[in-house]
Amino acid sequence: MDNISVKVHDLTVAYNKKPVLWDIDLEIPSGILMAVVGPNGAGKTTLIKAMLNLIKPLTGRALFWGEPYENNRKRIGYVPQRGSVDWDFPTSVLDVVTMGTYGKLGWFKRPGKKEKERAVEALNKVDMVSYANRQISQLSGGQQQRVFLARALVQDADLYFMDEPFQGVDAKTEKAIVKLLEELKKMGKTVLVVHHDLQTVTEYFDWVTLLNTVLIDYGPIHEVFTEENLKKTYRSTIDSFYKNNGKVI
Amino acid sequence: MGVRVIMINPQIEIQLIAIIVSVACVIPGVFLILRRMSMMSDAISHTILLGIVLAFFATHDLTSPLLIVGAALMGTLTVYLVEVMHNTKLISEDSSIGLIFPFLFSIGVILISIYAGNVHLDTDAVLLGEIAFAPFNRFVVRGKDIGPKALYVMGSILLLNIIYLFLFYKELKLTTFDEKLAAVLGFSPIFIHYSLMSMVSITAVGAFDSVGSILVIAFMAGPSASAYLITDDLKRMILLSIVIGILSAISGYWLSVLFDVSIAGSMAGMVGLIFFIVFIFVPDRGLLSIIKRRKKQKYKFANISFLMHIMNHENTDMEKSESSIDTIHNHLQWDRKFLNEILSLSIENKYIFVNENGIIKVTKEGKKFAGTNYCELVKRI
Amino acid sequence: MELLFNLFSDYTLRIVTLGSTLLGITSGAIGCYAVLRKQSLIGDAVSHAALPGIGLSFLLIGSKNTEWLLLGAFIAGWIATLVILNIDRLSRIKYDNALAMILSVFFGFGLVILTYIQKIPNSNQAGLEKFLFGQASTLLQRDVMLMGIVALITLVPMIFLWKEFKLLSFDTIFADTIGFSTKKLDLILTTLIVISIIVGLQTVGVILMSSMLIAPAVAARQWTNRLFIMVMLSSFFGAAAGICGTLISSSIDNMPTGPIIVVVITLIALLSLLFAPNRGLIWKRIRDNKTKKEINSTIILSILYTLSEKHTKTYHSYDLSALMLKKDNIKYSKKKLLKELNKLKMSGLVDKHEKNLWAISEKGMKKISVLDYTNGGQSYYD
Repeated sequence: MDNISVKVHDLTVAYNKKPVLWDIDLEIPSGILMAVVGPNGAGKTTLIKAMLNLIKPLTGRALFWGEPYENNRKRIGYVPQRGSVDWDFPTSVLDVVTMGTYGKLGWFKRPGKKEKERAVEALNKVDMVSYANRQISQLSGGQQQRVFLARALVQDADLYFMDEPFQGVDAKTEKAIVKLLEELKKMGKTVLVVHHDLQTVTEYFDWVTLLNTVLIDYGPIHEVFTEENLKKTYRSTIDSFYKNNGKVI
Repeated sequence: MGVRVIMINPQIEIQLIAIIVSVACVIPGVFLILRRMSMMSDAISHTILLGIVLAFFATHDLTSPLLIVGAALMGTLTVYLVEVMHNTKLISEDSSIGLIFPFLFSIGVILISIYAGNVHLDTDAVLLGEIAFAPFNRFVVRGKDIGPKALYVMGSILLLNIIYLFLFYKELKLTTFDEKLAAVLGFSPIFIHYSLMSMVSITAVGAFDSVGSILVIAFMAGPSASAYLITDDLKRMILLSIVIGILSAISGYWLSVLFDVSIAGSMAGMVGLIFFIVFIFVPDRGLLSIIKRRKKQKYKFANISFLMHIMNHENTDMEKSESSIDTIHNHLQWDRKFLNEILSLSIENKYIFVNENGIIKVTKEGKKFAGTNYCELVKRI
Repeated sequence: MELLFNLFSDYTLRIVTLGSTLLGITSGAIGCYAVLRKQSLIGDAVSHAALPGIGLSFLLIGSKNTEWLLLGAFIAGWIATLVILNIDRLSRIKYDNALAMILSVFFGFGLVILTYIQKIPNSNQAGLEKFLFGQASTLLQRDVMLMGIVALITLVPMIFLWKEFKLLSFDTIFADTIGFSTKKLDLILTTLIVISIIVGLQTVGVILMSSMLIAPAVAARQWTNRLFIMVMLSSFFGAAAGICGTLISSSIDNMPTGPIIVVVITLIALLSLLFAPNRGLIWKRIRDNKTKKEINSTIILSILYTLSEKHTKTYHSYDLSALMLKKDNIKYSKKKLLKELNKLKMSGLVDKHEKNLWAISEKGMKKISVLDYTNGGQSYYD
């Protein structure tokens, strides 16, 4: 059982009238780097959020190592989209990264020296130690992303979910993230990444999930990342594109 | 009895004034809520106090029309100051509103306190208003009483609002829904923004001394919120808001007469009551239909995926373990109760039957139901 | 001097000042969270919504004791907050719309109840209106003691849940994933905000209370980039405004305390926005000018540099008019350009060969080559 990290079963999520995710069945083996690919509005972020219990699904659930999410919180790390927080919040880089230790600390306990040290260590891994005392608004987009990654590293999880970490980052950060992904894989961690750039999928990942409300396919990249599957994934977008006489809505 | 006969007239006049105020407030209110600027009505309806005080210092005449001009200018100035603060990027828009309006209002109150002896301005009246007194303030032309003054003031303001709406409907619509497109097409969003805010100010000023600023806010934010839950069409939304506004004005008035309480307060209360009725019961977007829909959806989606599951394993080696009535719960991982409900629902609809080996089979109807629904779902994606 | 003397000698003044100070401390501290979570105006809604609570409490219990009235205010304010949050969550009505509507509807309902009370014979209701605009001068010792207790109730959870509130305010989603129930935290924080608002009703009244939450926090935010210092400073500003406001209003006849406190705290906020180092507008303007100058001089240098690259002789000099041909890059008049060139010459970055013949110097060359343009201006961040 332990070679499967996550088992998603019959997951359906609906907002209003439309299903956003329809009957997803997915098994993620341990130790792989998996990209989640699909057009805008395909439910990629929703999939992650539903798995992490942030959204209540209509039916179905995700099991982590055979157990519900609550029992395995501490083994799971999460990198939300960079735009989901206010970067003008009065706090420092080190402080944000230290937040990664809060989960293991639990209620009321304050982070101490040990936690700070681990935060610095994580900052070192993303090449951001010299920024530890900066206010977070003074960072560039790529640096903000690296801070979020460092915070996830501090969580010291076995399984990571990353929501569009490559979105709008500079070349240096992109390289740093790729390096980090490889290191995580070497350490036997499992990483699930929502990814937009089809050109780099084969380069960065070894598994892929193709999603467009329904699960098109998933598996090792050389088997699944085929032209036919991609057409299926992006077809409805292309169809509706023509249906609207080329007007993007 | 004689007194009573005379009193009927003011009753009609009060309701007439209330109706006119409600419609005048609702029209700019619709655009305020669509532009997410409802709280501006709160800010403006408070800061006009300072405008009135300052204009009074300039004119030394409480009946001067310049008071309205001063107040309206102060309303627009409030909008401008909030924008200036927000544009520094140092504070958020709601913080700028919350910083500016209590400040200006405080200055107004302080000025009144300092010159309390000379000004018969009552801060309570600004906030609370007393529409019951509105009929006593008559408009007299050449010695002839032609009705309450508030009726004429608010009537003109309503007319102004309607003219503004007709003149700039297209521009208002465009700048509200797509500011950038409007700018590209040559409509100035800034002009529309400030003209709309001026209309809000003028309306608030005209209304405040008859109904008080609280009712101005209620009329600007409430009826259009209800209408927004009912319709998607802007024209219909405006009409509906007007109807709801009038409804709350009249029902509020009669309730206040019944219980002998504050007229403005009772009208504001009715605005809220109507909203909550709409919020809960309106079809489609109401709370009840959302809950009902979610439940229905859950069963429908579950039913489809249940049928698909069985169909996928039909006549395969796995059928015995995957689709057996005794083992299917292992594969679907639904809780027993939910599974039983879905099962009995499917049997009831004749979508499935259980054969002699205890294996669930999908009927023709079931296949049709699952197939068409699945196609529809996938098509809609 | 006389004011301070009064403060020590006048018992009532001391009580009132203590009350305003307590109010400033609590609302200053908790206001930081309201402002940072973009819920600044919640204070306005809660304070307005408190009115029916005050009226109903009097109607049901028949007591004018502050404790009961404030309890009613608290319950009403809390219900209003939940209603607003749920309208925002469950429907397409936006947060600000829900705020405006609920504050006016609740307040209107409050007016209905107050007028109803007025009509009841022998129900000496006088004094309930003091909550509208606040009447600090009527504060009694027991009121202030109550305020002190309530302030403690607000501040103690803030200390114990420091880490949790910070996390909640910065990144709610992340907080949820690592096991902190944001629903519970949200509820606690909202309750604390409502409590701190209720504390202020007697002093500044429902209309102005929102500013006691917003202004100190806005002021404090400008001076620091650390949440802890921000909360401390905000409390300090709130307290200072409370003391100043009370003293000023006590020294002038017929002067309401609430509006004076609000004016003082807003002035503190405005001054902070202007003068705070780093974030302040004036500071920013100075820095922008400096950057602009630097960029302009770099542009002049780079023009000389590109010109010299085209020429065989590296430090070849060019006429002023040749520089002016690069109109796209330089928006200077001839005179201004000459002035800038002279400045560059002073710092040794360019050489003047003859009258109006200019060339980049060795030092200028070094400076240009150090600047890295490949990063798309990113280097300005680092």
